[in-house]
Amino acid sequence: MADEKIINKLLENYEGLMPKSLIEELRSKLSKIDVDEEKLRKIIEKVYKEYVDALVEPGEAVGTVAAQSIGEPGTQMTLRTFHYAGVREFNVTLGLPRLIEIVDAKKTPSTPTMIIRLDEEHKYSLEKAKEVASRIERITIENIAKSIEYDMINSSFIIEIDEEVAKDKGITKEHIIKVLEKLKIGNISVEGNKIIISCNVISPEKMKKLREKILNLKLKGVKGIKRVLIQKEGNEYVIYTDGSNLAGVLRVKGIDPYRVYTNNIFEIAEVLGIEAARAAIIREAYKVLEQQGLDVDLRHIMLVADLMTATGRIRQIGRHGISGEKSSILARAAFEVTVKHLLEAAVRGEEDPLEGVAENVIVGQTIPLGTGMVELYMRFPQRGK
Amino acid sequence: MIMSLEGLIKSIGSIKFEILSPDTIRKMSVANIVTADTYDEDGLPIDGGLMDRRLGTIEPGQKCQTCGNRIGQCPGHFGHIELARPVIHAGFAKLIYLILKTTCWNCGRILLSKEDYEKYRRLMEKYKQKWPQLRYKLAERIIKKAKLQKCPYCDKEQYKIKFEKPTTYYEERPEGTIKLTPSEVRARLERIPDEDVELLGLDPKSARPEWMVLTVLPVPPPVVRPSITLETGIRSEDDLTHKLVDIIRINERLKENINAGAPQLIIEDLWELLQYHVTTYFNNETSGIPPARHRSGRPLRTLTQRLKGKEGRFRSNLSGKRVDFSARTVISPDPFLSINEVGVPIEIAKVLTIPERVTKMNIEEMRRLVENGPDVHPGANYIIRPDGRRIDLRFPKDRKAIANSLDVGYIVERHIRDGDIVLFNRQPSLHRMSIMAHKVRVLPYKTFRLNLCVCPPYNADFDGDEMNLHVPQSEEARAEALILMLVQEQILSPRYGGPIIGAIQDYITGAYLLTKKDTLLTREEASQLLIAAGYEGDLPPPAIKEPKELWTGKQLVSLFLPKDLNYTGKASICNKCDVCKKEQCPYDAYVVIRNGVLISGVLDKKSIGAGQPESLLHRIVKDYGTDVAREFMDKAFRLFLAYIDSRGFSLGIDEEELPKEAKEMIREVIREAEENTMKLIEMYNEGLLECLPGRTLEETLETKIMQVLEDAREKAGEIASKYLKSSNSALIMAKTGARGSLMNLAHMVACVGQQSIRGERVTRGYLNRTLPHFKPGDLGAKAHGFVYSSYKDRLNPVEFFFHAMGGREGLVDTAVRTSQSGYMQRRLINALQDLRVEYDGTVRLPNGSIVQFKYGDDGVDPSKSYHGKTVNVDKIIEEVLNK
Repeated sequence: MADEKIINKLLENYEGLMPKSLIEELRSKLSKIDVDEEKLRKIIEKVYKEYVDALVEPGEAVGTVAAQSIGEPGTQMTLRTFHYAGVREFNVTLGLPRLIEIVDAKKTPSTPTMIIRLDEEHKYSLEKAKEVASRIERITIENIAKSIEYDMINSSFIIEIDEEVAKDKGITKEHIIKVLEKLKIGNISVEGNKIIISCNVISPEKMKKLREKILNLKLKGVKGIKRVLIQKEGNEYVIYTDGSNLAGVLRVKGIDPYRVYTNNIFEIAEVLGIEAARAAIIREAYKVLEQQGLDVDLRHIMLVADLMTATGRIRQIGRHGISGEKSSILARAAFEVTVKHLLEAAVRGEEDPLEGVAENVIVGQTIPLGTGMVELYMRFPQRGK
Repeated sequence: MIMSLEGLIKSIGSIKFEILSPDTIRKMSVANIVTADTYDEDGLPIDGGLMDRRLGTIEPGQKCQTCGNRIGQCPGHFGHIELARPVIHAGFAKLIYLILKTTCWNCGRILLSKEDYEKYRRLMEKYKQKWPQLRYKLAERIIKKAKLQKCPYCDKEQYKIKFEKPTTYYEERPEGTIKLTPSEVRARLERIPDEDVELLGLDPKSARPEWMVLTVLPVPPPVVRPSITLETGIRSEDDLTHKLVDIIRINERLKENINAGAPQLIIEDLWELLQYHVTTYFNNETSGIPPARHRSGRPLRTLTQRLKGKEGRFRSNLSGKRVDFSARTVISPDPFLSINEVGVPIEIAKVLTIPERVTKMNIEEMRRLVENGPDVHPGANYIIRPDGRRIDLRFPKDRKAIANSLDVGYIVERHIRDGDIVLFNRQPSLHRMSIMAHKVRVLPYKTFRLNLCVCPPYNADFDGDEMNLHVPQSEEARAEALILMLVQEQILSPRYGGPIIGAIQDYITGAYLLTKKDTLLTREEASQLLIAAGYEGDLPPPAIKEPKELWTGKQLVSLFLPKDLNYTGKASICNKCDVCKKEQCPYDAYVVIRNGVLISGVLDKKSIGAGQPESLLHRIVKDYGTDVAREFMDKAFRLFLAYIDSRGFSLGIDEEELPKEAKEMIREVIREAEENTMKLIEMYNEGLLECLPGRTLEETLETKIMQVLEDAREKAGEIASKYLKSSNSALIMAKTGARGSLMNLAHMVACVGQQSIRGERVTRGYLNRTLPHFKPGDLGAKAHGFVYSSYKDRLNPVEFFFHAMGGREGLVDTAVRTSQSGYMQRRLINALQDLRVEYDGTVRLPNGSIVQFKYGDDGVDPSKSYHGKTVNVDKIIEEVLNK
């Protein structure tokens, strides 16, 4: 085995020159082989040389490359859309629609879901997991009522409770009554599995509104979580949900706040901050591509995520986000809603600095990328001198 | 190119946008247009008409009255129309409304309390210095805030303004609602002081609010709206000219009526008509008014329509242009070309030219080319003399004399010939490998020819695909193309850091067949193959000497591998055994190359295929450079083709035949599955079926049935592939990864299986059944699109119909989704295209703001990475240790 001290000494010189992950990889791999210092040095030198050779060149149009690398497989994704008999319980948007959703920075995904892992105390027993799940699942009167009717004669609502469901969800009649009392609409009485609320509302419109209100009364749970499902993963129980509310779920007792997952990027940005949102965008986009069996370098997705979050809030890729906030009038006009941008620019007396690609193409100049980035002019000898 | 030699580099620094003030319009105008007619009876332009000669020439040979230039040189000059009454510019109507609402009708000040006003002024000053972009947000806030009922400066009562799209304003005065005339609107806007204008988000120097109400209309020159003369001699005017005629006609009528003192009602009607014409002149799709139409009923294409959208000026004439020196034709394959080459038909080579400067070194050659002229291939089409005169070589009889008059400094536009660098492109250009530089090979016949290895980056096949070719005209362009865009420089894709160019289809089959263990070649065969591959050297000693000299395919392949190459990897045919026997693999699927010799393993998709990272091909490109890689693909790959050519490779229908016992087994499997399905249905009917978590009973049943049937198909496929001979062509192709999959094979010989629509079994058609052949409510496999037959066994009509349903869904899906992904890519490119890596390694936007401190966190270019990994440490350790 190679001496760790020597390895550390050799690697010390490269601190800051090579990425940390690479140095760590070297450290672990070198300590497993048995060679002398000379060869160790040689290996490290060679790795460093290869690393330097692999660096991006200044002027490289990394943005365009990233966009192409994500966009090009998009067309293949359409061909490779594959349905297999679902093993997953919830339908989760995947493939191209999900990718578009991510770059669009939609406020809520079309199928919000969460995966909630539990803390030490709750994660090993199904009973305890169920207990936590029942705290999370949103239950309204609608969920446990068999029917709700309005008795015109006595002007009262009759709610018939499905006792089996109520029991299953862990809800007692007293609890329901307590919640209903908060509404303050009238006297509440119980008749078997029926709860009767007598009130003095008469007009049909008001009745309808009130009915809605009663149906949506929260009995327990977290807002937005429509359905929960407990699954066993390895030796622990995990809760999958339909609907997402990160802030709400984090407050629930019994969950492990460090291992809660949601696919709602905006919620992550709100609760955990923009860096977390960046990571979420990367993870979500990468997951989609990976699931489709498409090989795309992580760096491209990182660049997209970084650009989307660079200002501290999530910006959409497109007219209402990055493309619409460009400083160049011509670039904006060439993208979408041409005339609006031109008129607005005139009113404000804006000046297009011609810094980007699109506008320089439009005026017929070299673009400021790659070989066109060089701003060095040669003074030609004047004729006749 | 000539410009740069003269040192006359001028570039546009920036472009400022402003509203034209009436004064500017008059100043830049060369003619006041007052006549609605264009030409008189003799066909001559009328002075003061829309085709006034001062606006620039349109007829060839005429000199422009204003600038003296001829057609093509004269840029055209604006005229103007003095409007009898002001009209609102419809594009600014909304803004005018907001300004009217926020300012005092009497004194023009913003309706803010004096304290607020001061506060906002100070804020605005601050923003102007620090965050100029925020000014407009502040202006929005001010506009929302300025709602005082009484002007704090002149104490006048304010009235509510109403805006009716597109260009009418009303004021709700106590005595009743009054329509505000554009004149009144303009007068109010004029009263707003510059300081207040600024607070509203306008720049008073570039855009005084009253300029948004037009009093003078600029008339674009005829070059902008050329008239077309039809074959019959009838002149057809441009849509803009038509619209301008309308405007002038009404304007003149309005003027006359005003002068004649006509009743107010008539004047107002005409004024409104003028407003309509001016509005549609700017935008014929303004909501709220009917579009102006051509006599034929077609809506006119006015200014906004000219700029807007995909066919508008911006996207189709400014961001992309039609070009000269380009060609397009059908493509076809040619494995005898290098991957760097493109075969160009001789007819095309005679049209496309490259300007070459005559020097002492090439004068003789150039003379020969000129002598050959445009019709003989290595020839020339034009000569440009040092004084700039062009000589067309098509017409002169005595080209020899011209050739002799050629001198140093002349430029000859010669035909493209072998070795010239050109750009080759196939749409859709989804990534940078869609346009690559190739070297020309002039060939007979009429198609572009390309090496098959470059099909994957272009995504090309030969079912009628066409491709485009462009000839760079300057030395700089050619240099860049050669160094950056040449095919061999693009082997590694930046998408995943692996080769995107590599072996496909028959190359892979050929490689497999050649490197198989039992492939032994006689001296004659081996020599033949090596000659075909372009190998120049000695034959290695034979692997088997007795009783006959025989060479293995691996030996021949090894001749083309770099001499110090070491590589180990698994082949595509690998069975994924639980314990890998490595070199002793019974299937010869463990590829080992030691010091450039293929010791064990067969070459197939995993080692040489296109789009396979961490493969043999990838290693060659990374470690030995693109030249070696190109040579490997040009030579070794040709060896594979030569072998498959000489051996022969075909697929007959009898190869899809299975032995009786296999068929019996498949039938048994499917019967079992059917039984299980029936059992499930029974359970469902009796309510014994248990729900899967989170699913309804029906969904559970569907899922379970789907699973059973899917398993059955899979099992059938397994049986089939077990009973197929290992020499079966389709099986070889599937296993080596050359084409098709085991699933395709199973479809052909065993069972096609479940047809699905939207991931479910077929359920649509008639009420409660898919076809009238079934009982309503039948849940069985047959009734919901399970195809028992294999393609070989032929599908029965019902199965055929279900199969067609599934097939149609696929077609629709691709058609629908391509447009979606295309739009997504356009947006991605538009958003990201300005990003670049700076010299300090940061990724920045053009204004200097940083997006990433180090590109991809490690600064590594994905195309230079090892399948995304920064450096392949294992490989380096192995290399150093083995030294």
